[in-house]
Formats: sequence, C-alpha cells, structure tokens
Amino acid sequence: MNAQPVSPLDAPPGAKPRTQPRKSRRGFLTALVALPVAAGAAGFGRAVAGAHEANSKFPGDQAAWRERFLAEARATERVATAEADVAVRQRAQGAVPAGALPRPSAASPAAVPVENELVRMQEDLQRAMQKPLEQREWVMGIDLRKCIGCSACTIACKSENHLPPGVVYRPVMDLEVGEYPNVSRQFIPRPCMQCDNPPCVPVCPVGATYKRPDGIVEIDYNKCIGCRYCIPACPYSARTFDFGENYTDDTPARQPYEEEPSPEYGKSWERDESSSPVGNVRKCQFCLHRLNVGMLPACVTTCIGGATYFGDRADPDSLISELIHRPNVIRLKEELGTKPKVYYFL
Amino acid sequence: MRIQGNVRLVSPLDRLPVLPAAALIWLAALVIGAIGVFQRLTEGHVPADYGSYIPWGMWVAAYVYLIGLSAGAFLLSALVYVFDVRRLEQIGKLALFTALISLIGALLIIWFDIGHMERFWYVYVYGRPTSMMAWMVWLYTAYFVLILAELWFALRHDLAHWSARSDLQGALARLLTFGFRDVGPEAAAFDRRALRLLGTLGVPLAIAFHGGVGALFASVAARPFWNGAIYPIAFIIGALASGGALLTAVVAFFWPERGTTNHRELVTFLGRMTLGLLVFYLVLEWAEFSIGLYGQVPGEATPYQEIVSGRYWWVFWLVHIVVGAAVPISLLSLRPRSVSFVGVATALIAGAFIAVRLNVVIPGLVTPELEGLETAYIDSRLSFTYFPSLMEWLVVVFVGALMVGLFYAGYRLLPLISSPEETTS
Repeated sequence: MNAQPVSPLDAPPGAKPRTQPRKSRRGFLTALVALPVAAGAAGFGRAVAGAHEANSKFPGDQAAWRERFLAEARATERVATAEADVAVRQRAQGAVPAGALPRPSAASPAAVPVENELVRMQEDLQRAMQKPLEQREWVMGIDLRKCIGCSACTIACKSENHLPPGVVYRPVMDLEVGEYPNVSRQFIPRPCMQCDNPPCVPVCPVGATYKRPDGIVEIDYNKCIGCRYCIPACPYSARTFDFGENYTDDTPARQPYEEEPSPEYGKSWERDESSSPVGNVRKCQFCLHRLNVGMLPACVTTCIGGATYFGDRADPDSLISELIHRPNVIRLKEELGTKPKVYYFL
Repeated sequence: MRIQGNVRLVSPLDRLPVLPAAALIWLAALVIGAIGVFQRLTEGHVPADYGSYIPWGMWVAAYVYLIGLSAGAFLLSALVYVFDVRRLEQIGKLALFTALISLIGALLIIWFDIGHMERFWYVYVYGRPTSMMAWMVWLYTAYFVLILAELWFALRHDLAHWSARSDLQGALARLLTFGFRDVGPEAAAFDRRALRLLGTLGVPLAIAFHGGVGALFASVAARPFWNGAIYPIAFIIGALASGGALLTAVVAFFWPERGTTNHRELVTFLGRMTLGLLVFYLVLEWAEFSIGLYGQVPGEATPYQEIVSGRYWWVFWLVHIVVGAAVPISLLSLRPRSVSFVGVATALIAGAFIAVRLNVVIPGLVTPELEGLETAYIDSRLSFTYFPSLMEWLVVVFVGALMVGLFYAGYRLLPLISSPEETTS
C-alpha cells in the first residue's frame, strides 16, 4: 500500500478519529448562546442573545426556520456564518437593531463547538466500510460556491495516484461568464462521474472496464488493450491515455517521484515503457485504495475551501446524503441518461 | 501468352514490367516507412500527435478507409459469384485479392494503433458482446477466413493448371493447391458451388462488418456528430464507391489485355457503376451535412463547420470535393469510354476517399465535451488540435508500400486474371 497520508485527517486504519462529541440539536443551540457569552465576546454574545430574544417574538414559522437553518449549519461548519445570516434576516424584518450583527472574533471559532465536515465524512466513510461492498454507494459532491479554482485537488490527485504527463483525473474547468465589465469566473472540478449507467463500459471490446458493486467504474489495466474506444464514449472526457511519458524525459535522470509505483485499485503499478498502465486508458476511481483503508479521496482532504464532499449515498445519516437531497443540486449531462454519481451544489 | 489445352493462360511474367524508377520509389517508401514502424515498436505512442481529447488519428481513419476498400471490392466480387453478373466474371479473382490485401493493410494499421499490441487476441477470449468494436473484430476475422477460402476456390482450377509449370509460379501453385489438382468438370462445378455458397455468406458478412464500422461511430451517444443512423448506411455505400473505384483503376491500368474491345467495355461498365455509387454516396453526404448544419445546434453543427470552414477546410473542399468528386465525375461523364480517363477518375476517387474517412474520425473529436475543458489542464496530450506526426505518416507509408508489394507479388505469382476464353471454358 503506497498511499501516503497527506493531511492529519488521513488517519491510518483503525485509528480513533479525532472528532468532537456530537450534540443534540437542543444542546447545540444552548451552547450556541451560552458559549460566546462565557468566552467574553461581548459584541458577538449580544447579537446572538438579541437574536435569541427576538426569536421568541417571531411567529412559529420563523422560529422553525431559524432552528432548521442553524441545525443545518451545525453539519456544515458554517455556524458563525449562519448566525450572521439569521441576524441579517431578522434585522431586515425589524427584529434586531442595526449594528447588532455578529462580528467574528478570534475567540469565536474556538468557542463554538462546530463539527468538522472532514471528520464527519471520515466517520461516514468508516461506517460505510463496515457494510458489505454491494451496499455502499460512493458519491461525490462539489460545492461550486466554495470552489476557488486553486486546482489543489488536481495536484493532490496527480500526486496521490502518481500520474504521468497527459494523464489527469480531476482538472478544474475555469469559465469566464459575462462580458466586461460584468464578468465573473466559475470553477468546475471534473472527476470521473462513476456513472450508474456508464457509456464507457459497454463499448470496451474486452470487458476491461466495468462497474464495481459499490458503483465505482474500474479499469483492469492488465486487460485493457489500449484501443481508446472508451475515451470518446465518455461524455465527460474523464478518461485519458497513458502514453508512457515522464516529466523527466529528456533530462539526465529519472527522479524518484516518478519511479514510485501507482497505488491505484489497491495494487502496485510500476510504470515502465511497455507495461501497464502505460498503453492503457486511466481515470479517477475515487481513490479506491484510500477508501479501502478508511481514508477519504485525496481531492476531498486537500480541498482548501472544503468544497468537495464524499460519502455513502446509501447511508441516510451521512453528510453527503443530506447535501445531495437539497434542491440546489445538479449533475452534468443528465439528459444522456448516464446517472452520474458526482453532484454539483449551486 | 501461353496456351494449354483449351485454356489460355496469361503468363504472369508477361505482365507488369518492373520499371526501375517505380521499383526504387516503392523500395524507398518501404524502407522509410519501416523507420516509422521501428519507432512505433520501440517508442510506443510517444511520437504520435494524438492525445486523450483526440484519441484517434490518421491510423484509425486509414483503417476505416482500407476496410472500406476491402468491403467494397468484396461486394463487387459477389456480383460475379453470387449474382452471376457475367460481364464482371473476369475480375472476380482480382476483386477478391484486392479485398484481401486491403483487409491485411487495415488490420496491420489498426494493430499499430492499439496501446498493447500483444493483447489483440484478448478480443477473442474476453470479447464483450455489447461492444461494436468487439463485433467488428469478430466479423472481420470471419470475413478474413471467408476471403481466403473463397479465393482458394476461385484460384484452384488455375493453380492446378499451373502446377505443371517448372518455374516459381508452378512451385507456388503446387503448394497452394494442397494436392487438389483435379481440373475435370466435376471439380470445376464443385468449385463454383463452393464459391456461390461462400459468396452468399460473404455478402451479409461484408455488409454487417462494414456497417458495423459505421455503427462503431454511430453508437457513441456522447458525440452528436457521430450519433446518427445514416452512418452505417453511408459507410457501406462509401465502401462500394471507393472499393469499386480502386478495382476499376486496377483493371484500367494493370489489365494484361489493354487496348482490346473487351477491356474497354469492362472499364466502361466499371466506370459507370463507380460513378453511380459515388453520386449515391454524395447524396447521403449532402443529407448528413445539410441537416447537421441547418439547426446550428452547437454539439452537432460545430464539427460540420469545422469540416467546411475550419483549420483543415482544404481536406473537404480540395481533396474530397474537387479531387475526389468534381474532377472524377467530370471525367467519367465526359469520356466514359476512354480507358485512361476512367482509370484516372477512379484512381482519384479511390485515393481521395481517405479525406472522407479523416472527416469522420477527427471532427467528431475536436469539440470539447465540456466547456472550459480545453484550458482546464495544459498539456500537449490534452489538446483539441491534431496533425499527424512524422511517425504516423511513416507507418501509413509503410503499410501502403507493403500493400503495393503484396498486390504486385500476387499479381505476378498467382493466376488472378482470367481471359474471356478461360472463364467461358
């Protein structure tokens, strides 16, 4: 196993995850109000307390909205933001005086008992791994509002899977939208969609690519003949061909980082000029080798904006299940009937 | 010419004098092309220009082109052996041999194209029935065997006669008859029955496998440019037009009895047939292009725009339309009974048809499937531009030279051409 932990979250299998105790909704709300005051953050405390008081003046639907909103925020590490949003909405309706908005302080992040999304996703992952293979449904979510187009996921993926030149599993598309001066940029990471109805699978003349019971589309490098028919068949251009090139070609010496075998599919793939995976088609496999040891895919743990989510769709308690059932979700080219397993949050 | 009994045989050494200049050009092409093959075998796909966004290049186009020539030539041979078109009886064996050589060239070039050449046999062992490519391989394997068998039955009678000779051709004939040297009427009748049976099996096979090549592209739903029902039909008609053109050119220029009335009649008939097939293909192409462009739906129309006004517009307008259609149609219309004009016209059609195949393979791949993909990751293999590399050209030159060599060797060493007396004897 060549997977190297790339973040403190990449705990080895069996290690106790560093997670904070989960609280009930009521306990959480109590803490939400109590802790900032106890921490001495006066402005922040006043605002939250004000919001709390104001809440009692609201009709039932408003109170329910607030509770639901904050509960959601609890799951997504956005408590401070959520509090601000609550206050803004209440102020707009005259419930909170202007100037009473919460101000983030140095003390507040540490004071609020937020749950780390990565920790939760890793818990979800480890729970899923306890189930039989065929009962897992790995899916990925990408929050486009949080993606800043840094391409750290692309690089992490290249590094994790030891990918050569020309082979990229997760490029980030950078779109310029609008016309000057009203221009904005959109970033869309594009991993393999691990489609439930993958067009790349039936076209393979030798059955070298197939769908695993957990939904991941796998390629058997020892069987692939390199005909490249699956590449045009994929509507997402998620497959690339390994031409056998190296970053250190035409340099005096091959560097060690290129000689390390790729850990894909839990095997050790030594690249040389003629043996697989050279001459094969390659693609993202949700870092299957990491999943097998209880680790999240490299792109998930590396994303600095926390924009990439991952988990078991078959687990209703998982974070990913919560997120993909919201209304702000799309999948790419659904009209082709591919049923992609990567969800984009708008 | 040599007379044996009541059968007049054409001595192969009387045909095709080897012109030193032509021989030198051929040898140079073979040697230079071999450099490309050596490069392919030692350096793999690294020297190729295709990448992951345009994963198929000139080799795939050349494969489709050659396999089309093969299917077209074979279907014309069926006119003789299945449908009893007496006028074409003389060219039956030549058509089969042309189909065989084209098929060998096609298989060779697609073999160079796959990533793991040593695994080609996996398609027979692990083949997946949902893949059009797997079906294509299975069908053209059956087709290959069928051509060999049909060619043997078509040649056996003449080979049996040639077995009496003491030269190289005689030795080869003795070897290839496998001991079946009966030249009696019963054996000849058996050969004819076998030919009819094999040809009858071959017609649906050739239609299926070349229609299957069209379906290989047409079934890719992710590519709107390819994903049309007209492709399998257009591929078959295109095969007939290009294969017929090649055969006509061969008959026009390499027939031993040039200058005779029989030869002129034969070439005239073949020329008219090729003209009709070409016009039919152009009608299908017009339907495809006009409908594809009319709606201006980006995914569908962009590849057509790329073909008619993109970077390689000249492949369509100059090579295909002017050289491969307008000029030959003019020649075939103006001088349909001139052997030279018909020969030149059909050679142009056959040669320029590679443009049609290139315009199937490449434009279907030049449109990014997702907006922004072209700049998402900068790498020479992740590009939407393509022009064949030197190695790709050299491999094509090698395969072309090899085909010419094989054709020439067969033409000189095998009794591929029957004189009218022979066929009616």
